[in-house]
Amino acid sequence: MLLLRGSAPFARRFVDRSQKHGAQGAFLRLMLTALLTFIGVAHAQAIEPMPFRDHAQELRFQHLTHQLRCPMCQNETLADSNAPIARDLRNQIFQMMQQRKSDEEIKQYLVARYSNYVLYDPPLQPGTWLLWFGPLLILFAGASAVVIAIRKRHRGDDAPTEAQTGNGDDW
Amino acid sequence: MSRLLPFLGFMLLVALFGFGIWWNTQHDQNAIPSPLLNKPAPAFNLPKLYEPTQRVSKADLLGQPYLLNVFASWCIECGVEHPVLEAEGPGLGVQLVGYNYKDAPADAKRWLAEHGNPYNLLIADEPGHTAIDFGVYGAPESFLIDAKGVIRYKHIGPLTPDVVEDELKPAIAAMLKEAP
Repeated sequence: MLLLRGSAPFARRFVDRSQKHGAQGAFLRLMLTALLTFIGVAHAQAIEPMPFRDHAQELRFQHLTHQLRCPMCQNETLADSNAPIARDLRNQIFQMMQQRKSDEEIKQYLVARYSNYVLYDPPLQPGTWLLWFGPLLILFAGASAVVIAIRKRHRGDDAPTEAQTGNGDDW
Repeated sequence: MSRLLPFLGFMLLVALFGFGIWWNTQHDQNAIPSPLLNKPAPAFNLPKLYEPTQRVSKADLLGQPYLLNVFASWCIECGVEHPVLEAEGPGLGVQLVGYNYKDAPADAKRWLAEHGNPYNLLIADEPGHTAIDFGVYGAPESFLIDAKGVIRYKHIGPLTPDVVEDELKPAIAAMLKEAP
């Protein structure tokens, strides 16, 4: 009884606070739970135990599979994807590592079968020029637009003074 | 003129986005152009689905063109494609070879018993290793392979009546014209 009475103000305060922040707090808690759950799931699914020779090989495997794109799922790396083909290709890469194939050989193997699509870092070749230099082109276009605009405005300000002095220094 | 510039810039962006949307509707976003096109098909040696003790290799199939159709009982799109294969298969003028991909043989047989079997020959790749050599990354996929063992055409996704008429049949015609 005492306990109940004693705890009543706290309970009321808690209720008050929860009324004010309840929705927000609940949302945050939900998000946090979801986040933790999904992190767990993602790791549990993407990484199946493989008998690596040593830690260095495991790191190399992780590094390589993060550079390669899963053919099935477009926006996932081979390391992250849970698609059946990604699992098969991870196994294939693991097998090739056991055969002491280099990263370059493994990439070549995959490109020969699945095209450059599997490379997150596409090679520089005529078909990918726009991809590589497109952003640079846009940057230049933007920069020239800015330069032209500034010059125009500048000339607009100077024109009357130049007309007044008329020393013909435009040349 | 300079007042129009922002508007022109905006229209340029609209045109660019419009083109992007149009382009994406014209192309299957999941289809990866196969680097194996017009190259010799990879060598394979796989058991027959119904007689697992007998094996079929690429050399066994040389001399006649065939359509290698990758399918599986777990593949939903294959169910969409299947009636098309049953209807169009016999009239294609090439052998229809079923490539059962990453499937339990019992499941595949049950699926074929249920949906019908349009294939002249059925081979099984349960582990899916050979499929990697073909650049297969899902099902269904179809490869048109000529008498010399060269991949002449590839289709990713289900063969629809439109695809058969517009792509597959012309590809077969071109192939047969070249080497009857």
